[in-house]
Amino acid sequence: MLEQGLGELWVSGELSRVTLHTSGHWYFTLKDPQAAVSCAMFARENASVDFVPEEGMKVELLGRASLYEASGRYQLIVSEMEASGRGDLQKQFEALKAKLAAEGLFDEMRKKPLPKVPQRIGLVTSSTGAAVRDLVEVLTRRFPHLEILLAPVPVQGEGSARRIAAAIEYLNQRQELDLLIVGRGGGSLEDLWAFNEEVVARAITASELPVISAVGHEIDFTIADFVADVRAPTPSAAAELAVPEEADLTRMLGAEQRRLVAALRDMMQRLQIRFERLADHPVFREPAQAVKLYRQDVKQLKRQLAVVLVEAQRARAERVSQAGLRGGHTLERSLQQMQQRVDEAGLRLRHGCDVQRRDRRRRMEHVERQLVLLNPLAVLSRGYSLTMRGDGSVMRSVAEAKVGEAITTQLEDGQMISSVKEFKNRAGEEDG
Amino acid sequence: MVNKKESFEEALKRLETLVEQMESGELSLEAMITHFEEGSALVERCSKQLTEVEQKIEKLVKRGDSLERAPFDAEA
Repeated sequence: MLEQGLGELWVSGELSRVTLHTSGHWYFTLKDPQAAVSCAMFARENASVDFVPEEGMKVELLGRASLYEASGRYQLIVSEMEASGRGDLQKQFEALKAKLAAEGLFDEMRKKPLPKVPQRIGLVTSSTGAAVRDLVEVLTRRFPHLEILLAPVPVQGEGSARRIAAAIEYLNQRQELDLLIVGRGGGSLEDLWAFNEEVVARAITASELPVISAVGHEIDFTIADFVADVRAPTPSAAAELAVPEEADLTRMLGAEQRRLVAALRDMMQRLQIRFERLADHPVFREPAQAVKLYRQDVKQLKRQLAVVLVEAQRARAERVSQAGLRGGHTLERSLQQMQQRVDEAGLRLRHGCDVQRRDRRRRMEHVERQLVLLNPLAVLSRGYSLTMRGDGSVMRSVAEAKVGEAITTQLEDGQMISSVKEFKNRAGEEDG
Repeated sequence: MVNKKESFEEALKRLETLVEQMESGELSLEAMITHFEEGSALVERCSKQLTEVEQKIEKLVKRGDSLERAPFDAEA
């Protein structure tokens, strides 16, 4: 009677005494503060339920009352089961997503680049749980010289969204950080719900600091993920995205330094080679040679100058003659004649001088020879001698001599003084 | 500190620019030397900056009306 009278109806309440029977059928009690009713949901119906019923879960059921004859009690035969509010949450999610997308908050253009080498990172997450442990561990392993500031917040439950948003704002105000990581570990849609609330999305959007979102697992997408500058699938992944490996950075610096030194060394080598090539130039190696070259140049220039001068003179002469100045010719001719006369006079003069000189020399030689012949002393060398009286007069005849007179005989190399004993004339007559 | 972060990354970027210019071989010797000096100073500064920051993990705690820093122990 009741079965027919009530028909199908929607009821809501909390699950308890949930039994998932190996037969595939589900048995549980639906209760609310006032009453409880036993329920059965057979395998054929519960196959379309996309979650596993748990103790305490709030659900809405579609079913009809039926008498269970074995116990004599009524129970509810359930044909559909929905988690309470889930439909609402999904609807809210889609609505907010559409709204923020329409505002352009998901645009790639809005996204801030992450700092390559952040040194101070802010975390907005629960101070307990796996998420914060993973974050700190990976961050400090990759980049040992790092400051981490945690803003502890509840990440689920009443008021958590407002606390998360406030923490994001606060860390921005402190102006000491380079980057924020906002997130939590995995959980149900309800657990992650704070990250789907508009207040959190607005706080992330307004953040001056770049924000990495790290909510739940790989498969969980929240509104926070859409508005964050970078979405990390997990907290560990967020830490890896946030900081470079310090060892890589140090290696990179070292490489830059080596390039710096190499570039300078290269240039010095190039300059050295150029310098040596220049220093090897003849000008520096053999300055004397270079000077010689210059001197040759000067000579050449002189020659050219001379040619130019002659040319100029010739041109001038030509101009003079071209002017038809007879006087020019006359003057030239008379000059030539005068020159000729001077030349001739010179020749004559020179000739005359020569003749005179020859003549004089001949005469002098003649006199000289005569002088030699005339020199009385000259004959003495041939054995002749002179005899002089005491007064120095030369005796030419024996008649001039007197016996006992002292006479001087002059030989070539000296004089002898002797006295006359007797004298004979050529006839042999003796005088005295 | 935003300034410090920028200075580190800008230093790195500047260093790369300097090295590229030096490697182009188009600098005068004077420019080469000033580039080298600036680059060396940047390397030193970056290295120092990497090591001078101490690892520090803190959390904010409420004290009265204000938030303060306090050491953070991940196991707590």
